[in-house]
Amino acid sequence: MSIDPVQQWPLGEGLDPNRLECRFEDAKPPYTPAEALVEANRCLHCFDAPCVRGCPTAIDIPKFIAQISSGNLRGAAKTIFRQNMLGASCARVCPVEEMCAGACVYHALNGQPIAIGRLQRYATDVALADERASGRRLFSPASANGRRVALVGAGPASLACAAHLALAGVSASIYERDGLPGGLNTTAVAPYKMRAESSLAEVEWLLSHGVELRTDTTVGTDIAWPELMATHDAVFIGVGLGQARSLELEGPGVWGATELIRAIKNEPGFELPGDVRRAVVVGGGNTAIDVARELAMLGIAEVTLAYRRSRADMSAYAHEWAGARQSGVRLQTRLQPCRTVHHRQRLVGVVFQDAVNGREVELPCELLVVAAGQSPWAALVDAGIRLNADGTVWTQPETRATSLAGVYAGGDCVNGGKEVVDAAADGRIAAHAMLEEWGACG
Amino acid sequence: MADLSVEFCGIDSPNPFWLASGPPTNSGEQVMRAFDAGWGGAVWKTLGEPIVNLNSRFGALDIGGVKVAGFNNIELITDRPLSVNFREMAEVKRRHPDRALIASLMVESRAEWRDLIQRSEDAGCDGIELNFGCPHGMCERGMGSAVGQEPRVLAEITGWAKEFASVPVLVKLTPNVDDILVPGRAAVEARADGLSLINTIKSLIGVDLDRMAPLPSVAGEGTHGGYCGPAVKPIALHMVGALARDPGIDVPLSAIGGIATWRDAAEFMALGAANVQVCTSVMHKGYRIVEDLIEGLNEFLDAKGIASAAELVGQAVPNFREWGDLDLNYRIVADIDADRCIGCHLCYIACLDGAHQCIHTAQSPCGAWHGEPDHGQRPRATVLPPVRHEPRPGLTAQVPWVDEAECIGCNLCALVCPVPGCITMRESESSNERLSWKERSASADQKA
Repeated sequence: MSIDPVQQWPLGEGLDPNRLECRFEDAKPPYTPAEALVEANRCLHCFDAPCVRGCPTAIDIPKFIAQISSGNLRGAAKTIFRQNMLGASCARVCPVEEMCAGACVYHALNGQPIAIGRLQRYATDVALADERASGRRLFSPASANGRRVALVGAGPASLACAAHLALAGVSASIYERDGLPGGLNTTAVAPYKMRAESSLAEVEWLLSHGVELRTDTTVGTDIAWPELMATHDAVFIGVGLGQARSLELEGPGVWGATELIRAIKNEPGFELPGDVRRAVVVGGGNTAIDVARELAMLGIAEVTLAYRRSRADMSAYAHEWAGARQSGVRLQTRLQPCRTVHHRQRLVGVVFQDAVNGREVELPCELLVVAAGQSPWAALVDAGIRLNADGTVWTQPETRATSLAGVYAGGDCVNGGKEVVDAAADGRIAAHAMLEEWGACG
Repeated sequence: MADLSVEFCGIDSPNPFWLASGPPTNSGEQVMRAFDAGWGGAVWKTLGEPIVNLNSRFGALDIGGVKVAGFNNIELITDRPLSVNFREMAEVKRRHPDRALIASLMVESRAEWRDLIQRSEDAGCDGIELNFGCPHGMCERGMGSAVGQEPRVLAEITGWAKEFASVPVLVKLTPNVDDILVPGRAAVEARADGLSLINTIKSLIGVDLDRMAPLPSVAGEGTHGGYCGPAVKPIALHMVGALARDPGIDVPLSAIGGIATWRDAAEFMALGAANVQVCTSVMHKGYRIVEDLIEGLNEFLDAKGIASAAELVGQAVPNFREWGDLDLNYRIVADIDADRCIGCHLCYIACLDGAHQCIHTAQSPCGAWHGEPDHGQRPRATVLPPVRHEPRPGLTAQVPWVDEAECIGCNLCALVCPVPGCITMRESESSNERLSWKERSASADQKA
């Protein structure tokens, strides 16, 4: 039984089926019931389990796995969602090797950690499918308590926060400047982990608890910050990061990584240029790895990842690089990009400076992708919020409250760019802090 | 190579592994395949007045993904004509003269017993097993466990069988009794040549929560059945051991009940069984399991320097004692091997919630109980023992440690630990001279 909560949801129906990302298959396909049971029954049910401590949202992992074993799949999903309303997408996109599964005691026993992400996907998929089929909701929102919260940005942090608030009876409205909600889950997650329709299906489910969404609405332009604050009891900022930093490499055949990934994921009919045989990706983080692997999986013969420092300095996760290598990506280190080489308005190569000997090296290619990281939103300064030195939003660790009364923040705009699960944790913590502030925490 | 051949009340077989009466011995074709696989003997599916069986018949208890930990059936005795069974038995014996072939019988009247015993001997059977055990179906007709639960009836029918049979007569006992010694002694007094046990335990394996009916389901209804499989081994071990150490039981015992591996078999034999019978494990995995039963027992006997399977029989019986005979002063404590610990903390939570609160972790809130008396019996340690073990490289959790002064040596932590050899129970130096409850009570009586 392969269950994807996807097609059922109308938001996903707006996506063109002829998107490049639709050619990718799941790197970790959904479990069948038999697979899930075998894996669930392996779990030792540790006490004070290391996996729970490895999860930013502290899902009671041994409990939900035991619930899969016992056949209580709705219960398993509730255990997950109570801590992380984005449990369905986190099941797909979390780097579990670095988090829950990375801490699994099976590493010390036989080196085969429990596949927590896949079990979480199984539990949430089955329970959400059951919810649709039976009409019995997993969670029923409390009756309205009159509180109103505005959330800026429809990414994971705001969605998590809004859903927890809605369940507590708060009127939550999300303002999104883009046309599609879901943030990087919709626009950037590697398609072999999750496609846009799954992200939108999750958004739809979260909204279905009574959250209002306004897309194509930019706070600061379409609606002023003071007005937003004046008309709501609290504001949550979950705007993510801003534009990619520029490396001053330009011209035909040169792409920013996030733009290219977004085109692959969301743009109807998008195709890579037919003459691309060789691609160079500049960067050493997870986004660079993602785009390099996607290009290799799409059939580009030679994909080279060029990084300015050593392999050990790359910020990408080891398991991500291992996956890219298996897909055929080559790595060249200590190369600092200098300039592109074009011939008759077509890209033919990139010139790097070799950090070891200072010599210039040209890597021939027909496609150059630059993954240079994103900068925080400068526009937030307009709201009068205290920022950290690196431009991220300052928050109180226990509440995610910002320097402005009644304004909370979470996700990438606070942490500078971490995982979906970190954003989901921020959203829940902020929601609970608001409710506690109002004495309405239930 | 140890000598695995055994003689069981005059019946020889090349090894102690017999198939118990049941579905695996339903037909000659099956028994011949079993003998080809290596089984030393077989007790034929119980013969009697052929019956009509129900659909469905079996149910199983699965535990945590382990299939058929326990097994339950409502099948009755043979549903094939007696003449066919006897013809096939004769053929089996002709082809496999070196294997033990036993006829299991269950009928009502003296005349029927005489007839079936005669025909079994005519077919070449080496022995007769009286089925006084089935706790379902047949007992409603006055047979099976209905006989095994009535010592006088059991003795009377055993007497008939001894009167009619020239081959050894085994009595198969039902475990559905208060005290297994009562039917066991009754059978021996009636001159049974051997005892086999246990038959299945009266049971209800489960409930179909959709149809609200007991399992196995027969048209949406169910009834109790007979329980067997690995889960019943401890019950069978106790009953075999109880008979083995009873001075009134001077006949060999054939052990049945949850035997799946050579180790199970060795345990039963050490506790007094002269051979073993297997059914459920063959129903689960096939006749081929006998290969490792033979090889495993052989390796074990060789490793222990025991020359033959027969020599193993009864070696643990002298150590099977009453509770009141055991040493009250014996002390052991749990010892956690920090190098093997994987940090699952299952020992910690088991001890905290299910035992004696004497395993601690760096995170545990154990201080709350410290300094307070333990039901007025023993004062608690007032100071936490020092943290002994830092997390070892690659381990995110700290290794728990044992407060040895508080450890009661109950084994629970070692039982729940998933890592072989990580938690061992170590003899404590504080052991005093041996003193049993009986000795203590006698000494107290003297003082009084």
